[in-house]
Order: sequence, then structure tokens, then C-alpha cells
Amino acid sequence: MLALLALPVVGLAAASSPSDMLAGVRDPLFAPALWLSTWTTVASLALVVAAGTPLAWWLAGASGAGARAAATLVDLPVVLPPAVLGIALLETFGRRGLLGPALEALNLGLPFTSGAVVLAQVVVSAPFYVQGAVAAFKSVDPDLLVVARTLGRGPAAVFFRVAVPLALPGLVAGASLAWARALGEFGATLLFAGNFPGATQTLPLAIYAALESSPRAATALALVLAAAGACLLLPLRVLPALLDRRQDGRLSPT
Amino acid sequence: MDWHVHVRAQAGTFALEAELAGNARPVAIVGPNGSGKTTLLRVVAGAHPAAEGRIEVAGRVLFDASLGIDLPPERRRVGYVPQGHGLFPHMTAARNVAFGAGAGLGAGTGARAVRRRVAALLETVGCVRLADRRPGEISGGESQRVALARALAAAPDILLMDEPLSAMDALARRELRASLAQYLAEWRRPALVVTHDLLDLRALAPRRVYVLEDGAVVQSGPPGAVATRPRTPFVAAFFQSAASPA
Repeated sequence: MLALLALPVVGLAAASSPSDMLAGVRDPLFAPALWLSTWTTVASLALVVAAGTPLAWWLAGASGAGARAAATLVDLPVVLPPAVLGIALLETFGRRGLLGPALEALNLGLPFTSGAVVLAQVVVSAPFYVQGAVAAFKSVDPDLLVVARTLGRGPAAVFFRVAVPLALPGLVAGASLAWARALGEFGATLLFAGNFPGATQTLPLAIYAALESSPRAATALALVLAAAGACLLLPLRVLPALLDRRQDGRLSPT
Repeated sequence: MDWHVHVRAQAGTFALEAELAGNARPVAIVGPNGSGKTTLLRVVAGAHPAAEGRIEVAGRVLFDASLGIDLPPERRRVGYVPQGHGLFPHMTAARNVAFGAGAGLGAGTGARAVRRRVAALLETVGCVRLADRRPGEISGGESQRVALARALAAAPDILLMDEPLSAMDALARRELRASLAQYLAEWRRPALVVTHDLLDLRALAPRRVYVLEDGAVVQSGPPGAVATRPRTPFVAAFFQSAASPA
């Protein structure tokens, strides 16, 4: 299993020489795609964290049928193939979709714009953050939240000064996973946003486009993306451990 | 400083109904595991919903089902020390106490006043040298003292302590038992203390003891009176455990 996981990475590294890499980086597709991937994933992560954190906080504390339904809804994008999500987004926000005419009237046509790229990334990556955040909030000792309230602090202060700091390692881990998922997003983006250089062509889509024109450039682009992923994996493993050590003994029983 | 609690509450299939009252002297709650002691404290703190009844402390109504009054925990002025002591693991002992002191001193209090109050409280419980340590780096007895200082920092009208002497070694327990009784006596405000140990009960010298079994008060009165006329097998066994080591 480990070999199966490691071999493709080795193959990818072996397939490209430094000069290939340089050629890939100089490819006209590369710079716009890198820039688009960077800002769209930062934007989608910001949206996911801003909207997903309150949702996760509510899900972690609620137990009713409504919360169960919401939790299932959150899981849905994980089990749906990205291509299905792409079609679903088109049917919703597309020109002839559910909300299409309304958006069009407001001059907010989404399909085949950078906004569509962000929306696709939000939908596919949000579950990873929300699931991680729910688990992180659930791991906070509920007694601490009660005590903080009795010490005269309102729900908002308790959330920001007790719940968030204690859940932080889990929140960071969830955010990293969500960002990685958004960075690699391909299927839903291709169907919903298209593949237009500069506007909707993110790195994964640029690889797809380059594969037809210059396979070498595609390999180089893939390697850059793999490097980005590796850079992400490192803090993903190290940062939560560091944060954990900072609050060592959080649940000391005595 | 009189207080009166009469509540009915539900926790899943478990039903709790209890009526307790007291003044500035501590009151003890004893009972077997799962008898509803912790739930009762949480109801008073506002962390668990009550279905019916009324809670009044020092002339303030915290909860009244018929009047539709149900103050949130932050407005109840109760000091709650849960069984695990509930110290915030990401803050030093001093910051933990300061978290409560902000409320106790009122809004707009200067940082210097908060620091002074934190130092004074840590001094009271003999934990000045622990000010910069985190809860993970101090012993069980020490963390209970810091938790008490933090609860007192918010200047509560009533103190709710859940098994304050459990989960610590015998020596720490003996030390803290004596000082806890002394702090509560000096504090001169109501305290509701859950305990399962007769020695703890004796040291505390509560005005009354309430025996909770299966969600209901089965007996109450001054400890001596309850001990001489036990009404249930649990009460009899509890007051016979005097010879057992703490």
C-alpha cells in the first residue's frame, strides 16, 4: 500500500528534469494559472472559515433532528463526484439554472467567471473544514464553557476566548485540508467555470490544457502542484502538534 | 444572603426534583453516583434547563418558571467549580483568575486593579508562586485552589462546588480539606458543596446536609440529626463510613 502511494510521486519526480521544470515554469499557461489558483483558494478558504466556523460551532453543540440533517448536508459534497457537483452548480447558478435569471438581472452572471471558480472550491472544500472544526469544538470540555459563562462572560466572549483557542489545532488542520482540496479542485471547476486562461484556468486545469499542447510542461506544472501539496502537508502535521504542546495537559484529570 | 432552590428538571429519562434552602453557611449535598448532584448544581448555574420551579439567591430571582425568568449563566452571579476544576488549559493560573476578576470588578476596570485583585486572591489560596504556571503544570490540590480563587474573583452570590476534594492524593486532600473549610467560613457567603466523603463533610461543618437519591431529596437536616436517624440504607452507610480512610 505504501509503495502504491509513494510510486506515482517518485514517477512524477523522475519524469521531469530541472530544465523541464524551468520550461514548465516559463510556459505561458503557468504564471496566470498560479496566480489564479493562489487568489481563488485564499478567497474560498476565507469564505469557508468565515461561514464554516459558526456552522461547526452550532453543529458541535446541537443534537436535534435539524442538526443531524445539517450534518448530513455538510457531508454531501464529499460523497458526490466533482463532476456531479459541477453540473449541480450549473443547474443552480447557470444561465438557465434555478437562480440564473435572477443573478443575470443583477448583472452577477457566475458561470465561466473567476467567481465560479471560487464557488466551486467553496462547495467541494467546505466539508473538510467543517467536519474538522466540529470534531475540534466537540473535544473542548463542556464544563469549561459553563465555567466561563458563570464568570460573567457572554456566549461570544466564551467562543472567542475559550472555545476557539482550545479548538485551534483542529481548526488549523481542517483549514489545511480544505485548502489542499480547493487547490486540487478540477472536475466541478471545469464544468461550472470552464477552462479559460487568466479567468478560470487554475493550476489543475492548466495541467489538463498543457497535456494536449506540451506534455513536458504538464509534468512540470504537476510537480509544482505536488510541491505545494507537500509544503501544505508539513504544517498540517507539525502545526497542530506544536499548538497541542502549547496547551499541554488540557484535560488533566486532577 | 438567604437562598432558596426548588426545581424540577429532566436529563434524558432521568428526572430531578429538589428543594433546598440556606443562608451564608455552606450546605452539603451527598448521594450515590447518578443521584443528580451534578445536574442540580448545573441547574442552579444555568447550564442545564429547569422545567419548573424557582431559584432565588440573595434577593435576586435567577429562575422562575411561572414568571418566565431564566437568567443566563453570566448574569446569575454563581461561582461554579466543576469536578475537573474547569481551569482553562491555555491560560496561566493568573490569567485564569483574571478571567473571573474582570467580571467581579465590573466593566472598565483598569488592568492594574485586575492584577492587584488576582494577586490578592492567589495569595488567599496560597498559590502566588503558581501565577505563571499553566493548569497542566500544577497538582490537583493546587488546581482546585486556583479554581476556587477564580470563582471568588467574579464575586459570586453563591458558590457551587462539585466534589472539590475528589481525585487527589491523601496528603493533598487532608491539607485542602482544612483550608477549604476555612476559606468558605471566611468568605461568609452561601456555598453548595457536593461531596461523597464523610470526613470532607465534617471538616466543612455545613449548616445542613441534603441527601439526594435517584433525583429526589430523601433526607435533610443538620449533619448530626441526619446521622443519628438515617432514613435510607445509603444514609446509614454514609454516616458509618467514618472509620474508613479518606
